[in-house]
Amino acid sequence: MIAHSHQIPSWITTHSRVLDLGCGDGKLLAQLVKSHHIDALGLELDPVKIATCLDQGLSVIQQDLNRGLSNFNDQQFDTVIMTQTLQAIRRPDLALSEMLRVGREAIVTFPNFAYISNRIQLGLAGHMPVNPQLPNPWYDTPNIHLSTFRDFEELCQRLSIRILDRDTSNLSGKRTWLGTVWPNLFGEVAVYRLTKES
Amino acid sequence: MTGSVGVVTPQLIPFETPLDLERGGRLPRYDLMVETYGTLNTQKSNAVLVCHALSGDHHAAGYHGSEDTKPGWWDSYIGPGKAIDTDLFFVVSLNNLGGCSGSTGPLSMNPETGKAYGPDFPEVTVLDWVHSQARLADYFGIEQFAAIAGGSLGGMQALQWSITYPSRVKSAAIIAAAPRLTAQNIAFNEVARQAIMRDPNFFEGNYADHEVIPASGLGLARMVGHITYLSDVSMGKKFGRRLPRDDRDAEGVNFAVEQYLRYQGEQFSGRFDANTYILMTRALDYFDPTNTESMPLPNVLKSTKCQFLVLSFTTDWRFSPSRSEEIVDALIQAGKPVSYSRLESTHGHDAFLIPDATYERIFKAFMDRVYRDLGGDE
Repeated sequence: MIAHSHQIPSWITTHSRVLDLGCGDGKLLAQLVKSHHIDALGLELDPVKIATCLDQGLSVIQQDLNRGLSNFNDQQFDTVIMTQTLQAIRRPDLALSEMLRVGREAIVTFPNFAYISNRIQLGLAGHMPVNPQLPNPWYDTPNIHLSTFRDFEELCQRLSIRILDRDTSNLSGKRTWLGTVWPNLFGEVAVYRLTKES
Repeated sequence: MTGSVGVVTPQLIPFETPLDLERGGRLPRYDLMVETYGTLNTQKSNAVLVCHALSGDHHAAGYHGSEDTKPGWWDSYIGPGKAIDTDLFFVVSLNNLGGCSGSTGPLSMNPETGKAYGPDFPEVTVLDWVHSQARLADYFGIEQFAAIAGGSLGGMQALQWSITYPSRVKSAAIIAAAPRLTAQNIAFNEVARQAIMRDPNFFEGNYADHEVIPASGLGLARMVGHITYLSDVSMGKKFGRRLPRDDRDAEGVNFAVEQYLRYQGEQFSGRFDANTYILMTRALDYFDPTNTESMPLPNVLKSTKCQFLVLSFTTDWRFSPSRSEEIVDALIQAGKPVSYSRLESTHGHDAFLIPDATYERIFKAFMDRVYRDLGGDE
């Protein structure tokens, strides 16, 4: 289990409307309901995780993110969050555009494929990386669109998405000194706060 | 651990105030046959209304006597420790107006003529049922239901409640339902009605005068209906292409599934009234909250004030998951709190009645939250 970046709560406004795409067991949303009294909605595919969300008093909808967000209105949310899921979506570019259609801001986290241990496994050992963040073998993995800080920022530019904040964290959700200085090399998890270029 | 509510006794509750009906009729008075399970708390805040589907009745849980082997229709989900936990909630279940299980319906005496209503029973709608259920709530002194729950046509009543009496319902569980019927849904109902009406024993609904019942038509209606409640998968599993059991040799039965359908048809025509069947299917056909309010569903739902749980089942083709998702999407558009799950099941539309661990888990999680939200009444 990868902890959520400690940075995320500081980007959430009190009493705002927040949509979490792939909310899992609802841990992040439940925390934000408590700390920021947000109006929360989660999307999740696994009915057992949906039940866990309901246990915590959350509203959650079983929906495949690959189906898009066409059932949501423009700018229906203040913030749309997607943690550690972008790389598993069929079209990350469309997902990002949709997130910023239904939300004013988006918070996205994903595994940085250019992280040093990945580079070592691929560059030196000649293997696709397998590690705590990317635990699956290449032939059976949900992570079909791996990218790096650099790749992601290029995509944002193409989609006219403005990067409001960039952060990195390790798997415990904490920022590291090296990751802050050289994110593309030492950042394990990429953390972004985005909005649409006005 | 979960248990049973045990032996239950229905009660007949009279209502002497006339009820004006949506489609123009009027009932000068009426009775409702009701069962309750659990205990109403002193604040009268823990009541749950359970609404039945097309051929259901007030007997939703428990048994009618110690010899009774067949529990109420939603016994898997109503009882101590179950999804609708009778240790926490006071559950009210009724036979709807127009029914044939004790509430005023075509079999009841028309006070104006002194004989049974029969086909002259006025047309009733889901909205009429909701109004009559609100009077039932008044009878118990319930200002607001903690939850209203139902499957299929029962889910439609829960939806209508949220629209018609927004301040009288805190949460609604709408299961295996649809916001309105499609042409295909209406077509199946029409085949069922035609089967009844074309039975030579129907006599335009006045079969009681001739001391007969349109048993073959009603049986056929049930057979058609029953097929739409099952799935190809569940029928395949249950019958496949097997031959009939030889201990029952009905004429012309070639496959086990034929024997089963005939049995279902016979059972049903023995217990259900043909005029009620026609009336209930019409109520189903006419249900359309957007029509009553003449605006799109998201706008209609703007006035609702409750929490929603919507559930569908993957192999349900009578009201498929996409029909439930119409309700979910409309609630999202209206900005209302809604949770939704599309549950894996092989049981088709009937899945809402059948025990299933994930369904139970989600339904119970929602209902437990409903109870918690009542605020420390323990």
